[in-house]
Amino acid sequence: MMDRDALTLRNPEQELRQFTGRALTLWVFLALAILLLVLRLFQLQVLEHDRHAARSEKNRIEVQPIAPPRGEIYDRKGRLIAGNLPVFSLMVVKERVDDLEATLALLETLIGLTVEEREAFQGRLVRRRRPLEPVTLRLRLDPEAMARVAVNRHRLPGVEIEAGLLRHYPEGDLLAHAVGSVRRLSEADLQRVDPIAYSATRFIGRLGVEAHYERALHGAVGHERVETDARGRITRTLDRTPPRAGHNLTLHLDRDLQAAAVAALAGRRGAVVALDPRTGGILALASTPSYNPNDFIWGLDAEGYQALQQDRDQPLFNRSVRGQYAPGSTFKPLVALAALTEGVTDWERSLKDPGYYQLPGQSRKYRDWSWTAGNGGGQGVVDLRKAIYRSSNTYFFDLGARLGPEPMASVARAFGLGRDRAVDVFGARSGLVPDGGWKQQAQGQPWYPGDSLNYAIGQGALLVTPLQLATVAATLANRGRPVRPRFLMASDARLPELAPTPLPPLDQFSQADYAGVIDAMEAVVHRGDQRFGENGTAWAYIGQDIPYRMAGKSGTAQVVEIPQGEEYDEDALEERQRKHAWFMAFAPVEAPEIAVAVLVENGGGGSQIAAPVARAVVDAWLLPPDSQVAQVAQQ
Amino acid sequence: MSAADFRRTLSRDDGFDRRQRWLRRLHLDLPLLALVLLTAAYGLVVLYSALDRDWLAFQGQLSRLAVAFVVMLIAAQLNLAMLQRWAPVLYGLGMVMLVLVLLVGVQAKGAQRWLGVPGLPRFQPSELMKLAVPLMVASFLADRPLPPTGKTVAWVLALIAAPALLIGLQPDLGTAILVAAAGFAVLLLSGLFWRWVLLAGLLGLAALPGLWMVMRDYQRQRVLTLLDPESDPLGAGWNIIQSKIAIGSGGLFGKGLFEGTQSHLNFLPESHTDFIIAVLAEELGFLGVLGLLTLYFLLLTRGLYIATQGRDTFARLLAGGLTLTFFTYLFVNVAMVSGLLPVVGVPLPLVSYGGTSALTLLAGFGVLMAVATQPKPLAA
Repeated sequence: MMDRDALTLRNPEQELRQFTGRALTLWVFLALAILLLVLRLFQLQVLEHDRHAARSEKNRIEVQPIAPPRGEIYDRKGRLIAGNLPVFSLMVVKERVDDLEATLALLETLIGLTVEEREAFQGRLVRRRRPLEPVTLRLRLDPEAMARVAVNRHRLPGVEIEAGLLRHYPEGDLLAHAVGSVRRLSEADLQRVDPIAYSATRFIGRLGVEAHYERALHGAVGHERVETDARGRITRTLDRTPPRAGHNLTLHLDRDLQAAAVAALAGRRGAVVALDPRTGGILALASTPSYNPNDFIWGLDAEGYQALQQDRDQPLFNRSVRGQYAPGSTFKPLVALAALTEGVTDWERSLKDPGYYQLPGQSRKYRDWSWTAGNGGGQGVVDLRKAIYRSSNTYFFDLGARLGPEPMASVARAFGLGRDRAVDVFGARSGLVPDGGWKQQAQGQPWYPGDSLNYAIGQGALLVTPLQLATVAATLANRGRPVRPRFLMASDARLPELAPTPLPPLDQFSQADYAGVIDAMEAVVHRGDQRFGENGTAWAYIGQDIPYRMAGKSGTAQVVEIPQGEEYDEDALEERQRKHAWFMAFAPVEAPEIAVAVLVENGGGGSQIAAPVARAVVDAWLLPPDSQVAQVAQQ
Repeated sequence: MSAADFRRTLSRDDGFDRRQRWLRRLHLDLPLLALVLLTAAYGLVVLYSALDRDWLAFQGQLSRLAVAFVVMLIAAQLNLAMLQRWAPVLYGLGMVMLVLVLLVGVQAKGAQRWLGVPGLPRFQPSELMKLAVPLMVASFLADRPLPPTGKTVAWVLALIAAPALLIGLQPDLGTAILVAAAGFAVLLLSGLFWRWVLLAGLLGLAALPGLWMVMRDYQRQRVLTLLDPESDPLGAGWNIIQSKIAIGSGGLFGKGLFEGTQSHLNFLPESHTDFIIAVLAEELGFLGVLGLLTLYFLLLTRGLYIATQGRDTFARLLAGGLTLTFFTYLFVNVAMVSGLLPVVGVPLPLVSYGGTSALTLLAGFGVLMAVATQPKPLAA
């Protein structure tokens, strides 16, 4: 071989020795190197094992909360008024999206996102969230969009389709102010509620029954320990604690009665509250105009919300429990009870009504509603019964002047005014019962005799809500046994609201006086076919064909003060400065089943405007459905 | 014959002798063959798990390994003298192809590594250089007096640097390191003065800042990531964090075969290729990795032993160089996956999924067997 010759100059033995030496040295070196690797693995796998094992578990196991289905709400006849709609929502877990813009662009081509959806999504994205919390991109996916997303799932990491339940109000705006609504859970809500209990919940009761019974309706959150891969996709469920569904509620509300009340209000701004006087159960609670609570769930855009907020008619304002108005003449029956009890008057005492009242030594004339500038007016000889059915201001001015503020404030409070007596009415206002101390404190002025005159006809500082006035009607219907208004009739939960502590009867007023006041209120509706100026104030409007006995009292609350010597001229006044029309009633008188308060804002005369609404509601409750046609014709 | 073989000869009868002759005729070294088969089998078990029990992919790897074994058997038949003569030709051919790759190569994953010849499977010339470089260097040194003179060393360095640079330009740092390591291994075995090695090491350290300057951004990122993987846990640090978690969570005995959560839930990237030892570590634990490293160590020992028994300097240098190249493979890979070295694309020999590297490796073992079975003139 040719190499052999070259090698003759070399020393093969020495080269072999040298090579063997080198090989041995390198063998030792690589043994040490492998030992280094072994030591490194020992460090990771034995010394630091616990730390890495924990991180590996944290990697793969995720605890996912499961939202409990919200309790359903039914009306007294078992008709669903708040339920849950199964929906499939498109959710995005931002942390798991590689490129958000690209993902949105792809979704755009797949299911066509709207500008609003994108904006709403971006808005939700910047809000504070729990880490890895899915953000809604589209609340309800139709089957086709679902299929398109599902097929492209591998191209859409971080995009999930989530099956869920969404609150739904099948009656739309009909019961909005009574049942209330849920809204998307906000950051502020999370400060108030247990964030763990609400970890899967996206909506919370914000108004009405939904808000008051939030705890019962919400249920208990469930948990699922799932194994996820690096993409966050669930590979299997390890164990599961199912959520506990929220409790169902059955309310005293009657859907049909509510519809009748809303229909009777006929698009005017106003409120109707109907109670069962025996239980205090709220049979109807309407405030018009109303809004559709479903809009808040499906996502109302900023403009839609602003429009609702800035609407002059204030559809979001619940007049029935948050509207506070002077009760006007509807307060007179209570003043009558106070005056009888204080001995300021009796059923026999009468006075001659010149159409106005003057305090001793004062020239100012406190006018009766029948007063006109040309003809002095006046209602002739008036006793207490007539003062109620004819709603004589003059007679009650006299009572007010002689009673002073304290007995009137006391009877008002006894009937539940000036505070929130309701068991479960969310956001109900207290109204205002003034007295001498209040005036000194609030206005820094002493109580003037003139204040007592206004007080006696339900004007001035006295404020009530329609709910409170319905409670007054119910208490009168019960001859002094007060009730606390409540929505809840039954539930599968043992809720304290089911058995509220009863209130003590108002024994300070005699049964004879209750009977007299009720008799006079009956005359308001039924006393007819008399001489001019002798019929009950509401008879002409509702009393002529009424097939049951109803006791009622109208009220007309001034919105602006009419200067001395001037007439109230409805046509000359702006619509919103006209008087508020009130009517309270209960029926049948002998065994009352329903008590109603009606308010029509800027409606004008109570008997003319509010009384027909009250009758329509009572008709709907007491009469069989087919005989209600007559009442519709009257409207 | 090794001492172990000798003992076996004692314990058995002359049947062994016949078998030995038969093996020799086939140019097979039984201990090496057994170790290679054992390691490959062990690797296949791990790979089957790493592939999520994907039978089709597993079969693909099986057939590629079968081809590689055939190549090993063929390589074992090569005549060493012929190999030494053809070494420059092979080397030259490889260099031409490396240049071609840079000019007309096929791009994939941001690097240009493949030559696409119509009608043939894609071919990676850099793989060829893993064999051609030690061959060339061994052939070059075998013709010269050893220990090598400065001039010789300079030539050898040039022979090593040229392909390593071309491969580095693709860019494929992992292969460049392996190719350079193969050349250096031969140089070291040739009796290069230690003081020169030391000097080179110091120079290398001094040159590190310069190296930093020429590194690409992603390469710098890998180095930074090695130093502090937690600084970018979802980006560059992800691989190394997840592989450390996989290894560490395996513990002493592992989570059980197919039970690795890191690997099967896709937390571990490249689990069936470069990071496969993390799967082994997670599922079979420290003991499982120890087993594999032991097999590797026995392979290396046998390789070096064969080298010392080589019939001439060329055979010894070549066998030793190939053995050390194998060591570089496994060391760089294990050190990288366990977070001791920056992430470079080096597969775990005989275990990682992929055909080309298995082919090169087994061809190398074939050459080792050729060295083992071609008798020294003296011993014959």
